[in-house]
Formats: sequence, C-alpha cells, structure tokens
Amino acid sequence: MQRRLTALALAIGALTLAATAAQAQEKVKIGFITDMSSLYADVEGKNGAVAIQMAIDDFGGKALGQPIELLSADHQNKADIAASKAREWIDTAGATMIFGGTNSGTALATAKVAAEKKRVYFNSGAGTSALTNEQCTPYTVHYAYDTVALAKGTGGAVVERGGKSWFFLTADYAFGQALEADTARVVKAQGGTVVGTVRHPLNASDFSSFLLQAQNSKAQILGLANAGGDMINAVKAAREFGVTKTMKIAGLLVFISDIHSLGLRNTEGLLTTTSWYWDQNDASRKFAQRFFEKTKRMPGDIQAADYSTAMTYLKAVDAAKTTDADQVMAKLKSMPIDDFYGKGTIRPDGRYVHDMYLMQVKAPSESKKPWDYYKLVATLPGEKVFTQKADSRCALWK
Amino acid sequence: MEILGVSVPALMSQVLLGLVNGSFYAMLSLGLAVIFGLLNVINFAHGALFMMGAVLTWMAAEYLGIGYWPMLLLAPLAVGLFGVVVERLLLRHLYKLDHLYGLLLTLGLTLLVEGLFRSVYGVSGLPYDTPALLEGATSVGFMMLPNYRMWVVAASLTVCLGTWYAIEKTRLGAYLRAGTENPRLVQAFGVDVPLMVTLTYGFGVALAAFAGVLAAPVTQVSPLMGQNLIIVVFAVVVIGGMGSILGSILTGLGLGVIEGFTRVFWPEASSTVVFLLMIVVLLVRPAGLFGKER
Amino acid sequence: MNTATVPTAPAVASAVPATPPGVRAGASRVTAIGYGLLLAALLAAPWLGVYPVFAMKLMCFALFAAAFNLLLGFTGLLSFGHAAFLGGSAYVAGHAMKVWGLSPELGLLLGTLTGAALGAVFGALAIRRQGIYFAMITLALAQMLYFVCLQAPFTGGEDGLQGVPRGRLFGLIDLSGDLTMYYVALAIVVAAFLLIVRTVRSPFGQVLAGIKDNEPRAVSLGYDTARFKLLAFVLSAALAGLAGALKTLVLGLATLADVHWTASGQVILMTLVGGLGTFSGPLAGAAVVVFIENRVGEIGAFLAGVTGIGWFAGLGESVTIVTGFIFVVCVMAFRRGVMGEVLAWRERRRAAKAAPIAPAATLAANAAAPAGAAAAPAGAGRAGSPASRPS
Repeated sequence: MQRRLTALALAIGALTLAATAAQAQEKVKIGFITDMSSLYADVEGKNGAVAIQMAIDDFGGKALGQPIELLSADHQNKADIAASKAREWIDTAGATMIFGGTNSGTALATAKVAAEKKRVYFNSGAGTSALTNEQCTPYTVHYAYDTVALAKGTGGAVVERGGKSWFFLTADYAFGQALEADTARVVKAQGGTVVGTVRHPLNASDFSSFLLQAQNSKAQILGLANAGGDMINAVKAAREFGVTKTMKIAGLLVFISDIHSLGLRNTEGLLTTTSWYWDQNDASRKFAQRFFEKTKRMPGDIQAADYSTAMTYLKAVDAAKTTDADQVMAKLKSMPIDDFYGKGTIRPDGRYVHDMYLMQVKAPSESKKPWDYYKLVATLPGEKVFTQKADSRCALWK
Repeated sequence: MEILGVSVPALMSQVLLGLVNGSFYAMLSLGLAVIFGLLNVINFAHGALFMMGAVLTWMAAEYLGIGYWPMLLLAPLAVGLFGVVVERLLLRHLYKLDHLYGLLLTLGLTLLVEGLFRSVYGVSGLPYDTPALLEGATSVGFMMLPNYRMWVVAASLTVCLGTWYAIEKTRLGAYLRAGTENPRLVQAFGVDVPLMVTLTYGFGVALAAFAGVLAAPVTQVSPLMGQNLIIVVFAVVVIGGMGSILGSILTGLGLGVIEGFTRVFWPEASSTVVFLLMIVVLLVRPAGLFGKER
Repeated sequence: MNTATVPTAPAVASAVPATPPGVRAGASRVTAIGYGLLLAALLAAPWLGVYPVFAMKLMCFALFAAAFNLLLGFTGLLSFGHAAFLGGSAYVAGHAMKVWGLSPELGLLLGTLTGAALGAVFGALAIRRQGIYFAMITLALAQMLYFVCLQAPFTGGEDGLQGVPRGRLFGLIDLSGDLTMYYVALAIVVAAFLLIVRTVRSPFGQVLAGIKDNEPRAVSLGYDTARFKLLAFVLSAALAGLAGALKTLVLGLATLADVHWTASGQVILMTLVGGLGTFSGPLAGAAVVVFIENRVGEIGAFLAGVTGIGWFAGLGESVTIVTGFIFVVCVMAFRRGVMGEVLAWRERRRAAKAAPIAPAATLAANAAAPAGAAAAPAGAGRAGSPASRPS
C-alpha cells in the first residue's frame, strides 16, 4: 500500500508537472475560460474558442515573432474552477491575457485574479455591469454587452415606441433582480409605469401561474428579466396561454441561440437588444459564413465579440511591441476599434463603447432563410446606452 | 371579492393550474413509487428517463416524421426497453446490497445519459409544437385554459388511476406485490419472479417516458429538463410514503395545488416549499403520509 | 443505513480469524510508512512542480470527503446535504474575513463552529429517522439553506462572495504568498485528518462502528445511540465546515456552487470512488474527482492520442459523462473503491501468509467465506468485525 500511495502522490505531481508549460518571454498566450457544458454553453461555449482561433489565424498566427497560443477550459459555471484555472495559467503556463466568458460570478472572480497578477483581462460573455463599475480594475476590458446597455436599450427604446406600462417576470437571483431594477429605472425615467412584478425561482419548470398574474395586470409589455432555460420556458408558456395576444414581450437577455431553439412561431414579435447580428452588413455575413462552415451554426453576438476581442488584443500587443499588461492596456484605451463587430473606443473604466441594436423577431412568414430571425427596429448609440460618467461607480473614471 | 389581496377568480385559476402541474407530478412520482415500492430500488435516473421520453418524441418527429400521438405509445415502449436492458445488465446485481448502490448507479446513469444528449444537442433545447388537435384554449369561466393542459390532466389521471388499480386490485398486481415481499415463496409457486421484477422496472421507466412525451410540447425539450424535476419528484414520493402508489398520486396533486398557492403569495419560495413540507411530514409521520414503515 | 449491508473493505478476508500479532504489527508499520511517505510527498510537492493552489484545493476536498466518510463509512449514515456545511461555513468565514476583518485563524474557527452549529440543527431533526428518510431530510434541509443563501444579500447571490483576503495568520504570518498558504493549509488538513483517525480509533469510534453494524444491539447494550449519532454528525459537519472555510481562504471566494446539491453528490462520489470506511479512501477519491474536474480536457486529448478515437478529444466538454461513467463503473465493479481494493488485496496476501500457521482456521475460513461473500438479503450478518482495523 505504501508503494501505491506514494505512486499515487507522485503520479499526481508528475502529471501536473507535465501539464505545466515552460515560461516563455513575450509569447502571447490567451487563456479562454467559459461555460462549455452547462446553461450558457450555446451562447458562447466551445464555439467561442473557435471564433478566437479564427482571429488568431487571420492575424497570421504569430505575434512579436512567436506563435500565438490559445488555452481554453470549461468552468462549468463554477467560480472556483474559473478562478483556479486563471491563476494556474498565469502562474505556470505564462498566460498573457485572460479571456473570461459567460456567467457573471466567474467573470468577477477571474477579473480579480487577472488584476492581482497584472494581466490583461477581457470579458465578452458576462453581463454584470459591476465589471466596469464597483469592481473595475486597470486591467479589465468589458467588451460585448452589459446589463445597463440592455436595460437602457430595451427599456428606453420600447417606452419610446409606446410600450408604457410594464409587468416584470424576474428570475429571483441577483442578476435577474439587477436587470429588472435597471430596466424599471429607465422605464420610469422615460415616463412609463411598472404595473407589477413577480419573481420566480431559478429553473422553475412551470411558468403558467406567473404568466397568469402578468396577464391579469393588464400591462402592455411583459419584461422578461431572466435568461437561458427560464426565458425559453416563459416564452413558450406565454404563447400557449395567449399572453402574446394582449402583451408584447420584451426579452431583456436573449440570444439568437435561444430564438433558434424556440423557433419563430413561439417568439415572433419579441423585442430584444443585441450587440451584433450576423445579417446586418456584408462583412458580418462573410464572417458568419466562415463560422458556419466550421461549426454548423450561425454565430451569436457573443461569439462575434470573441473574434473581435481577440483581434483587438493582438493588434494592441503588436502596437505596444510587448505583452506587458500596463503598456498593452494603455494602447487599448487609446486606439480606435473598427471591424465587422462594431466601431468605438475603450473608455478609462474598461468599457468598450459601441452601438447596440434593438431587434424584433420576425414572423415565420417573413423569414426567408435559415437563421433569418431579426429585423432592426432601432440603432442605439453607444455613448447613450452604456453607463454614463455621472452614474459611474468606477474609481478609474472620475 | 378578495382573499388576502387576491381576487377569487385569480385564486381559482391558480388552483386549477396547480392541479394541472400536480397531475404531472403525480404521473412522474408514480413511476418512482412503483419502482421503489415493488423493487426497493431508488431510481435516481427517473429524471433522465423522463428526458429521454421527450427527446425521443422530438427525434421521431425530426428524423422519422412520426407525430405526437403514436409517440405516446412508442416512446414509453422504447425507453421501457432501455430500462429492461439496464435492469438485466446492471441493477440486478445490486439487489442484495444496500439501497445506496442502486441509488448511486442510477445517479451515474443519469449523468451519463444527460451528458451524452447534451454533447449532441446542446443545452438550449429543441422546439416541439403542440399537436394540432389540441391547440388553442377553452374558457372555464374564470380563465382560459389551454386545451393541451386539459389533455395532460386527463391523460395523467387516467394512467395513474389505471396503474393503481392494476397493482392494488388485479391478480398480476397481487403477484407483483407478493413477489417483492417474499420472492422465494412466490417463485416456488411457479411464478417467474426475476422476469416480473424486470418488467416492473421497465414499466416504471415507461411511465417516466410517458410523462416526458406529455411534457415535450409544454417545456423546452432539453437534456437538463429532468434535473430540476427529479428532487421535487423524490420529495413527493417521500412525503407520500415511499411504498405507496396512492400516496404519490395524492401527494403529487396536493403539491401542485400548494405550489400554486405559494406562487401567488410568495412566488420566490415556490420551488422550496416542497422541502419544507417534506421535513414537516417526515417529523410527524416518519413513513410518509400513506406509507408503511419497512 | 444501520441494518445496511454496506461491505467494509476486508469483508471477506476478515472471515479469517485474527492473524498472528507479528504480522499485524508489521501491517501497522507498513501503514505508518505509507502515510509518512505521503506526508513527505506533500511537503515536497511545491518543489516538485505541483501547482500549490491546485494542491490546496485538493486538500480541502480531501478533508471534506474525509469528514463525510466519518459519517458514512464509519457510522453508516448517508447524508445528502453535506454541501450545506461546506458552503454555509464558506460564506460565514468569507464574510467574517472580508467584511469584519477577522484574521484567518479566527475565520477558520468561525467556519468550523458554523459547520458544527448547522450540524447540530440538521442532525437533531434528521437523526430521528433511518435510512433513506434520514438522507432525504438532510437533503431537504440543505435545499432550504441553499434557498436562504440565494436570497441573503451578504452572499452576493450568484456573483458569489468575492475578494476574501488571505490576511495575516495570528496577525503575524502573511498568507498572501501561495507557498506559505500551502504549508499552513497542509498543517491544518493533517491535524484534522489525525483528529478523524483518533476519533475512529477511540472508544467513541468503536461505539459508532457498533451502531453501524447493528444498532438494536448497541441499544440493547445500553448506549444512547441517538446521542452518539448526533455527535458523529456534528463532528462531521464541523470538519466539513473547516474544509469550506479553508477553501474560501485559499481561493478567496465562496459561491452558490458550494451549497448546491451537486456538491453533496460530488462528495458521495469521492467517498465511493476512494473507498468507504477507509481512512485513505476519501483522500484518493478526492484526488481522482478533483483531478478529473480540472483536467478532463487533457485526459481527453491524451486518450484521443493513445486510442486514436477522435471523439475522446471532445471529452473536455463533458465532465458529466466522465463522472457518470466512473460512478457506474465504481458501483458495478469497483465497489470498495480505490483504497478499499488496495486494502482487500493486502488482506488477501496477509491471509495467504497466515493460513499455513492455522489449518483449522483455514477450514473455518472456507466455511465462512461463502457466507461472507453472499451477504444474503436475509441479513446474515457481515463478516466485518471490529477487530479488522481500517487504514
């Protein structure tokens, strides 16, 4: 037994050793960690890594004279796995940039690790605006979307178009509540009213009861402050109970993969804000086609953001001629960004400001090809839709 | 008129919805109760089997063009067959051991099945439409109840009562019950007990799959759809009394109604109220409401 | 669970009457050497290239599994709610260290006390029932704690409690360096582990073993079994709380994943894979499970390379498939777990050595072995005697 035990201990040590890469100076290594197997796997998942690799290949595969390496891992929606992985990659594998993915808890954890170890941190998948507010760091860049933009976008634009009375169906956890609170604030500020709200437990299997309460409220707009499976089931039930006949649904956090799995019959007329749509211009369509060839699915806005994020980082490293985080961050916050994903700049608080789009889901009859789901209702300018300087709670942007 | 700030029609509609959900719970916990009551196996895989029923229904529509109605029979048969295979190959060897092992095996199977389906189909789920015949809603006075939900209640209650009758009142049921109490004696009378046990497991599994087919148009067909339900269903069976079939049926219905009320007055707690109930019941009546201490 | 037929590791081999004292002492020496080597390996680990944070995480889970095993393997009580102790203490300790600014040792102490307190409450309610009902009550209580953690503002919801500082141990030793933290954590875990060993080998532990074996007999001997079970439960919960608090200190965060029922499932898996009722089992089991969770991508790539089957490369995305597979394999073929099999193998070797000395015993062994192996449902007693000491 003693032999077995020692062998076990040494084996663990050896395997871990084997997994340790040698430290290389000035070699670009991107550590991408997101949810690849659980609730948000379709929103970004392993196809996010595909998008990043596409960016690396398009950049030429090399930076600062050395090949670019991409490490990826699945955090399974667990913050401790995400944080340990990030830490390990920085300490033992020489990661120069940590790329965080979906799930706000893991995003905040990995951002902290990156800041502590002075590595550039990008996040495209998570929604929490805390990344550029209370928990902002000099090394964090929040790239794609956040809850503030969604709230102002969907909330503001819908009220402007006549959707004045709202009823919220909120997932009872911090994210859902934040989404509801942000949107309610915007709605009221623009002259709308919040008629009522009901909070459902996470992963509720049946929404009929909550939807009935929504229907009885006689509000014009049903605001869904939930995501993933909950949002999907709520939408399905809404159609079944005829809620869509009397109310319009505003999905506060909806991705194209959700629409794809629900189908247009269930979702037609739904309003939502997104940062990018594959069919919005030629460059986007080209990217989408390439992505589709690799993955058999059209890219969602997060995956497009992943590509753009990686490309932006590589360009910044190239311009700074080093992987040193401080210098790269300086470049990132000073260079303008313009690609198929969006156009804009990164603010001192780490927020990438670009336009967002209010979309409405097409009716089945209006859809001419696969994945042809959205029609543009309004373009929301970046400077208006993200957190304003006056409201910012980030010490770096005063 | 208002009760605690909620109008009576609103309350009644919540009760009705609760009954709809309750019949679902009853249907699901029935399979579990049959398997535990008759086989002493804690079938943790019930959620995954429920999911298999729904996914097979979707797959049949997608790849073979088979509609909803045939699948009501075919899906349970297919999944039941799978259950029979599992029982023969794996579960059989665990009967002589502690309950723990049966539970752990079925837990492992759950992870395997869910993981496999997920790696192929992703997590967002697959769309399945309500069958054309049952589309639309009918007015029941105080609310519009979707026709499909009425069908769910009817189907579940029929199957539940049918099963209860078969097990408690027929000869076959008597053999089954005797066979699990004293296998040697019953076998001595010439009844093939192992075969009965296998078929019973298959039947319990088929019940789960049937519930899955019923669920497919209602909730998104996703590999994780069983995960959220399984612990609730367990709680139902435990509250009702682990061996009691009538207990699970009545508890399932009751829980649906109680959850309905909770959703009106304290919606955030509607997923947790079942556990509170379970603790209370187990402290007051240790073997469950209708159970007999083993 | 108390009339359970959970086979203890050397269930069959111990049908053989006690081996001669010389051989037995030799076995203990061998065990001691084994542990000594393990300790040496752990002490040297950072210098061997093992990533300290990973090793610390592993140790915390090993402690969690060992605490759980105290309840399941040694007392025969299956709890489905152990995540409540891990997570509840993680939050309390984290909050204490971050918001109240307590120093690490006080934070850990508070975490352990939280575990004990929760254990007392859960235990008091659950102990009244047996078997699956006991397990279900623990699950229900854990679910309610999950609900509380989800709602309570101080836990940070699903963002989690982040930014817990490492602080200065006793106000003197700065723990922010991973190496220092590692040795402190190692010391704590070793101490806790020794506590478990001491407990199981004490008279108290013997009573627990007796309760696990045959509770009515223990009652008839005059023991207040409920009190013993409750004490075991509280101890197990306290140590699980220590594991949770330590994990928070090491990683700097506490999240809902720690209180979710899947964490309870995970610790059951660790104990099962490692070997119920053994001391080293939980350690091995935790190592296997944590390793898989964190390295499944590399394992998949390795398997794909070795077998040439491309599908394995995609294994990285599916920790669940791998975990499920291991569960099934362990239950069907590997019931005694890694360490259980190792110990059984050792017992067989020892029995083979001892047999020539006592031929009459061999006859008895042959007679007893089939009965032991059958472990008949009629509850024909288990051959696991208190004399066979787990190691």
